[in-house]
Formats: sequence, structure tokens, C-alpha cells
Amino acid sequence: MSAFPVSSPEQGGAPLLSVRALRKTYSLPRGQTLKAVDGVSLDVLPGEVLGLVGESGCGKSTLGRCLLRLTDVSSGQITFEGQDITHLGERALRPLRQRMQMVFQDSYASLNPRRRIGDLLAEPLRVHPGPDGRKRPAAAITARLHELMDLVSLPVTALDRYPHEFSGGQRQRINIARALALSPRLVVADEPVSALDVSVQAQIVNLFADLQAQLGLTYVFVAHDLAVVRQISTRVAVMYLGAVVELGETDDVLHHPAHPYTAALTQAVPRPVVGASRHPPLRGDIPSPVARPSGCRFHTRCPMVQDRCRVEDPALHTVRPGHQVACHFPLAAD
Amino acid sequence: MITALLRRLGQTVFVLFGISALVFCVFFATPGADPTARIAGRNASPQTMEKVRKEYGFDRPLPVQYATMMKKLFITRDLASYVDRGELVVPEIARAAPVTVSLVCGAALIWVVASIAMGTLAAAMKGSWVDRGLMMLGLIGISMPVFWLGQVTNLITQSRYHDTWLFSWVPGLGYVPFTESPLGWFKALVIPWVVLAVMFIGIYSRVLRADLVALAGEDFMRTARAKGLSPTRVLLRHGLRTSMVTFVSLFGLDFAQLVGGGALLTEVVFGLPGVGRLTYQALTNLDLPLIMATVMYSAVFVVLANAVVDSVYLLLDPRVRDAR
Amino acid sequence: MPDNFPSAPVQPSPTQHTAAPLLAVRNLCVSFPSGGRMIPIVENVSFTLAERDILGLVGESGSGKSVTAMALMGLIDSPGVQITGSALFRGQELVGLPQKQLRRLRGRQIAMIFQDPMTAFTPVYTIGWQIDEQIRAHERLSRKQARARTVDLLAEMGVPDPARTADRYPHQLSGGLRQRAMIAMALSCNPALLIADEPTTALDVTVQAQILDLIRGLRTAYGSSVLLITHDMGVVAETCDTTLVLYSGRVAETGPTQALFAQPGHPYTAALLASIPPLDGPRPERLPAIAGAPPVPLERPAGCAFSPRCHYVHEACLPAPPPPLVPVGPHQSAACVLSTEGTPLPPRLISACASAAASIRHQAAPTPPPSHGEVSP
Repeated sequence: MSAFPVSSPEQGGAPLLSVRALRKTYSLPRGQTLKAVDGVSLDVLPGEVLGLVGESGCGKSTLGRCLLRLTDVSSGQITFEGQDITHLGERALRPLRQRMQMVFQDSYASLNPRRRIGDLLAEPLRVHPGPDGRKRPAAAITARLHELMDLVSLPVTALDRYPHEFSGGQRQRINIARALALSPRLVVADEPVSALDVSVQAQIVNLFADLQAQLGLTYVFVAHDLAVVRQISTRVAVMYLGAVVELGETDDVLHHPAHPYTAALTQAVPRPVVGASRHPPLRGDIPSPVARPSGCRFHTRCPMVQDRCRVEDPALHTVRPGHQVACHFPLAAD
Repeated sequence: MITALLRRLGQTVFVLFGISALVFCVFFATPGADPTARIAGRNASPQTMEKVRKEYGFDRPLPVQYATMMKKLFITRDLASYVDRGELVVPEIARAAPVTVSLVCGAALIWVVASIAMGTLAAAMKGSWVDRGLMMLGLIGISMPVFWLGQVTNLITQSRYHDTWLFSWVPGLGYVPFTESPLGWFKALVIPWVVLAVMFIGIYSRVLRADLVALAGEDFMRTARAKGLSPTRVLLRHGLRTSMVTFVSLFGLDFAQLVGGGALLTEVVFGLPGVGRLTYQALTNLDLPLIMATVMYSAVFVVLANAVVDSVYLLLDPRVRDAR
Repeated sequence: MPDNFPSAPVQPSPTQHTAAPLLAVRNLCVSFPSGGRMIPIVENVSFTLAERDILGLVGESGSGKSVTAMALMGLIDSPGVQITGSALFRGQELVGLPQKQLRRLRGRQIAMIFQDPMTAFTPVYTIGWQIDEQIRAHERLSRKQARARTVDLLAEMGVPDPARTADRYPHQLSGGLRQRAMIAMALSCNPALLIADEPTTALDVTVQAQILDLIRGLRTAYGSSVLLITHDMGVVAETCDTTLVLYSGRVAETGPTQALFAQPGHPYTAALLASIPPLDGPRPERLPAIAGAPPVPLERPAGCAFSPRCHYVHEACLPAPPPPLVPVGPHQSAACVLSTEGTPLPPRLISACASAAASIRHQAAPTPPPSHGEVSP
């Protein structure tokens, strides 16, 4: 276990990752632009789990990729461990890649089907130098592979098998092991459990929680499932059409939402409890991110829209300590 | 819409420029080879060499040479072949083009109709002996080289069985212009059409069958069946219609390269004086101006056909329509 | 009844309605050939669906829920497939019905909607064309009359500007609108039964809520019964009158949704409900996860299919045949031996598995594996 730098969560310290006014636009044919991420500012504190939730087209996955510079950003600033990484080239990013890793949704597509698990996991260890700055010896790599299998509760024999021999849940464990191979500080997980069956989902959510506690990891957990995000996250950022509309402590945001969208979102999730017949809280569909509404981006579906909302885009501001919202008329905490 | 068309036109011109420059470079700017000697032909007299050098501007810089060549090809159209005693190249191609177009269009009609029928039937009866038989037939069609098949049919229809009632109508090798005698044109071409089409029937029916079989697993095919439609309607209106998108893109390229001179072997075997045979002659005689002209002609056709395929695509697939 | 357990298997879920059931499925089995033998995908599934009822068919991937629906529709046409049992739809036997007669039922009496409305429409036709096509396949109507009905239906499904929307292609509509159009198409011939296969899985939650509301309203507006196939217990709880839980191709439990969610009779149902992270109330430190993964059909245990993952597993669970469905409450039955042994599961929410597991574990043979470890490959 000594290979892991264990740091205890230190709330309020310097952020591990910090994003300011981040934008990511894609140009489409006919001169249109898609603002996938439209001016996002947030901090990821060491040792916390920041949940990014929202519906399709809200830009949560794009933001997740931008955070790790897996894609270029259009404007804004990304700081990791105090270093501005916004415009670093691929070569300069390489040493940093060890300290920030990603886990993807599709557990099968992220594993090369023709290679054994052991090879797949050993690759980053061979490519990146060890903590002493030199190439890792083969024995150290093998030891590390065994350690990783132990971490994700897979038998060591799994190393000799191919990806198709595993179930979805096991493959996601392998993906997690690969992300952890280089002992990162930050892991961005993009919908890591949404392709899994419910009965397997809980195992993987627990695994994420266990690893975080055990290794002092920091997560950015991207998901559309509010219940899963609530289970794992310390804080949560709710996104809508490319922007963060609400940000705060998880239960504060989900149980006392200040933004009408967050309120509708939590209300819309079907609960496995019989009784209260629910009315759909929102009408209409999410507008296309290509044609984002003027003013407040939510005003076309907002049940309490007012004239001001149609023209003026609300900025993210603090309503209560540790709780920010982008709404002109935030809901009161009841 | 207008801007899209203009952009498309601009692209076409740009591609043609690129191709012509490339062809020019390959033929005339290859280091270590004197283009003058190659244009003038083997054993040309020093006077001819001097004349060629002047005419094509080989004593001047490359861009000027290129401009001269293009002017001779497209504007004055007086590019002449020295190998062939001063025959003008452009009118030669203009005379050959209708032959090739007649040959390819007829063959295309046959192979499209036959391959759609075979492919659809095979897909509809997947796994049966009809399916296996048709696909085997297609494979045989693909594996028979067109020059061999042409020679064999010639052997049968022109000599061995020519005097039987079955093939007595077959005219001698050669081409009859449509304007001269439509029936004669048809008689002269029908066998070359079939011979040229055979391989494409094989390829297209197999591709179409594979496509239709793959489509059968698609959600929308399941929806169509769940709607209570008849199997024929599901296969034709939903399956085949969707497959046409792939089919057309394949067809466009093959058709273009055939019109551009790709039917060379068929033309040679059946003595049809088309562009392919012209290319063949130019190559055997190392007739550089003619090669240059046929290559450019071919390029124009491929690029034009591509543009046509793109437009047909727009008609066939609404998703492409919106992506523009 | 709950105290008297008959030993013979009991027909599950008697309808609460007095009318004859719309659909009565008995011992439906679907097997596919593979490697020279038949692999049972669905085994002895039985249920009844009353008029204007919504029945939820829940299960994880590979539980056979979609195959069941496809078998009812006669849409399974892979070579060598074997479908046995009985499915009476308004007294007419569906199993073994010739395709020609099935075709007349499909779309007209029994309609189906699918998970992904993007891929479920043919991409090269407008959605109006596709709805017209279904209407005209079953009724003698002119193009114009069919289109008029299509536009009316789209309007009733809450599609804004229905006449213009009918002229648009599937890819030009949002996911929610596409699913509304899909439902409009399914309802176009006023079917008695609507089979909805994961109708909201591809949709966002705020749109899902709208579509579920629409489905709930169908029985009053159209008098349709709905067979709702889903993996989401939340969707079932909010939508269905009756619930059928499938596990590995077999019925694990069935009963009125309310009773089943209040007091699950099968450990699988209980564990599945417990493993869903709660959105309200206190946040558990760890989720009570179910270890392992569902068995693949080839390696399905001879006895109870859930036994390798069950906290309560003991000798009685292991030998073949799988435990039969026994009543565990009014109209509720579970395929589990616990209640016959006099140790039924406790009601839900009064500390889920943990305490109950402890009380019974002394008689269970193998100790449960660590909660986050999967069965090794």
C-alpha cells in the first residue's frame, strides 16, 4: 500500500482542481456553434467527491473531459495542483496524467478486447516512470498489479484473462483498477455505473466509496442518476444547457433546492415507493444546446418564469453559505 | 441551397485542378525523363523534337508548361498526338465517349435491376437453397474475369454457334451508333452489356443481401413488423429503401470509373471504339498527350459522378439533408 | 390464505377485476438453440393482465423480460427457437398462431413501443408517413383520412404543432417527441394491449415523468391495458398496478405493486429494492449491494437461480426443481422456500437484509461473500 500517497480530506484548503469561466464550443455546419460548456467556474477540493448531474446535452461529460484536458478548451482557465494546465501541450501534460485519471461509462469499449487484463493494466506502469523517476522493474509492476486486483476485489487470475470473459460489473472494476494504477489524486468518472444492472450498480458505487476512503482520492463523479450521485457525492453541481445552475453540499442542494430546475429534477426521479401519484414537474423538452434560449437558459420550461428571466442571464451567486445558484428568484429553503 | 451548390462547384473545380496538376507532374515533370522525346515518340527527328519543345514550352518554367498544356486541352483543344501523325486528341475522345456511355449505361441498368432482384430475394429467403444458390451464382460472376468471359461469349456467338438459330442475329464485333440504327445499336451492345454487368451483379447482389440481413436486426425493422405489416412490405419499403443509401454510393463510384474508361477490357474484347480502348491504345503506343487527355476525361467523370451521387444521397437520406 | 401454504404451485396473481383477463399467460417457455442444445431463456412464466390494468415486468438485463414480450408478439424468428406454454389473448391462443393471423393482431389489437425511439423509426420516412402506414395496414382509409387521424393522435399525445411535426423526419425531433410519436403510432388502431419495452430508459428524467404520466392516462383515455417492461423499480412503483419480478428467466415474485413493495416475499426483490440508493431520508454509509452478477442462462443453477447471491441460501434452495411460486400474501406469491418454512421476509424498510440475515444465517450453509466482491470468473 505504500505506493499510495494518502492525504486526508482537508476541506477549505487550496482546491486540487479549479476551473474559471470555462467554455468549450464546437462549430457545426451552417455556421452554427454548439456551446457544450458555457462559462463554468468551480473548485474541486482535495478529498471531496463532486457530483456533476444534469440531463442529456447539459455538458456534464464534456466538462468532465475538459477538466482532465482530454479535449482542448475554447476559453477559460483550468488549474490543477496550482499549475495552469489550460494550454499545456500533450507532452507537458504527460507527467500530470499520472495524477488525474478517468473512468468511462462503457466498460467494454474502454478495454482493448485483444489484450489480456494484465497487459492492459501494466501498460501505464511501463510507460510512466516510477516514483524514483526511473523505469519500473518488472517485479514491481507485477506486485502492483496484484495490489490493484486486491483493491478492486478481483482474483489475481483475472490478469490472465481477456475483457470479454468478464461481466459488466467486473469490467468496470478492471477499468477502475487501470485508472488507479498510477496512484492518481483525482479521478473523473463519467457515468461509471449507468450501463450496469441495478444489482451490480450498488457494488460499484460502494467500491468507489471504499477506494475514496482508503486512498484519499478526489472524485468528479459525472452521472445523470440523482440517487447515485447523492449516495457518493460530498457536493453536487447541477448543470443545464452547458452551465452550472446550482452548486452546494449534496443534501442541501437535493433536499432544499434553490433553483426551480433542481427542484423539478429531484421531483421527477421515480422513487421505488408506492403511493403519491406524481405529476410531471416540467413541461416540454430540453432545448437543443445549439439554440440555447436567451436570458436565463431555463426560462422556457421554468414554472415560475418572469419577464426579467427572459432577457437577463442570472449569474451564479451565493444564497447561503456553501450554496450557490444561478437564478433571479431562488426558492427559499423550507 | 445556392451557397451549398456554389460550394460544391468550387470543390469540384478545386479537385479537378489538383488532379490535372498531379497528372501533369507525373507525365511531364518527372526528373530524369525528357518529356519532349516522350511526346514526339520513339525515333523522332530532331526537327520534330524542336517543334514539340517550342509548342509545349518545355524550354520554359513548369507553371507555364502546365498552363500551355491545359490551354491545349480545354481552350484551343488542339492537343495533337505525334505518335498518331498529328491526330487531334480532344475530338478523338469526343468521338469515343458516346460508345463508352452507351456500353456502361446499358450494363448499369442490367446490373442494378438484376442485383436488386437477386439480393432482395436472397435476403428474403435467407438460409434457404434459393439464397445459397443465388449467392453462389454471384460468387461465380465475381470470379470470372471480364476479358475471359468476353472471349468465351465471342467464341460461342461469333464462331462456334453463330449459325444456329440462337445466335444468328449477333452482328460482328464493333459499334453501331444509335443515330444510325437503334436496333443495330442494341444488337451490337447487348452481349457486351451482359458481360460487363456479370461481375457487378455478383458484387452488388452480395452486398445488398448482406446489408438487408444486417438491417433485419435493426429496431425499425422490428417496429415495422410489430405494426402488422406484411413481410414483403417490411422488406421492400423499410429494408430495401434504407439499403439504397449504401447501394447508391457504391454504384456512383463504379459507374463513374467505368464511364471514365474503366470498361477498357470489355471495349477491347468486343472491338468497341470507346474511351477505354483509346486509353489502351495510348498506353501501348506511349502516346503521352492522349494518355493525359484520357486521364483528365476520366477524372472529370469521377468527380462529376461523385457530385451526382451526393445529390442523390440528399434525396435518399433526410439525415444527410439536414447535416448540410 | 397467507397462513396455509399449499404445496402445489399456484397460479400467480389472480386478477382483482371480475371480468375475464385480457391476457392470460401460462407456463411460457422460450428456448434458443446453441451449440447443439436448447438454452432456456424464459422458463415457465405465468401471469394475467386484466382489462385497463398496467402490469410491470421488471428484471435486470438477461432476465428474459423483453424475450417474453417478443414471444407474445410472435416477433421472435431466429431459426430453431422453441416457444411452449400458452398465452390467451381475449381467449385466442397466441403461441403457435400462424404469422398471417398474428399480423392481423399486431398493431391492431396488440401494439408495441420500444426503448429507443430514435432507432425504432425508419430513418428515411417522416413520422407522419409511418403512422399513416400502420393505420392503412389495418383499416380501409384514404391517405387523407389516415393523415387526419395521425395529426389528431399526435395532438392528443401532447405533440405541439402536430400537422407540421407529422411531416418531419425522426432525427429532426427530440427524444421526448419521438417517444410521443411512437406512442401515437402504437395507439393509432386503438389496441387493447400496449406492450411498452423500456419506454423511458432512453429519456431524461424530466421527460420520463411526462411519458409515464401519458402511459398512466391511456387506460382512461383509450381503455388500453399496458404491459410495461422495465428495469427501474421506481418506474414500476409509480406506474404499475401489478408487478412481476423476473430473475434469470423465471418469475421470482408477483403481486399487487403496493403489497410487493411494502413487503417483498422474495429475497431478490427485497435485495434489489434495498440496493437502490435512496434520494430522500438519511444516506446509508454503504449500499446493501447484492454480491455477484445474474447467472448466464447456460450456468443457471438447477435450484433457485438466485441462490448463489442470496443471503438466506440453505440446503432446501439448491436441488432441482426451482422452488415453485407460493402465496405470501393476498394475490402475492414468491418463488422462495422461506415462507413455506415459516420464516418469511420482514417488511421492507425495517432494516432491510442485515438483521434478518443475521437471524437466519446460522442455518444457512455457505457464508455470504463480501458484499462488494463478485463471484470470481
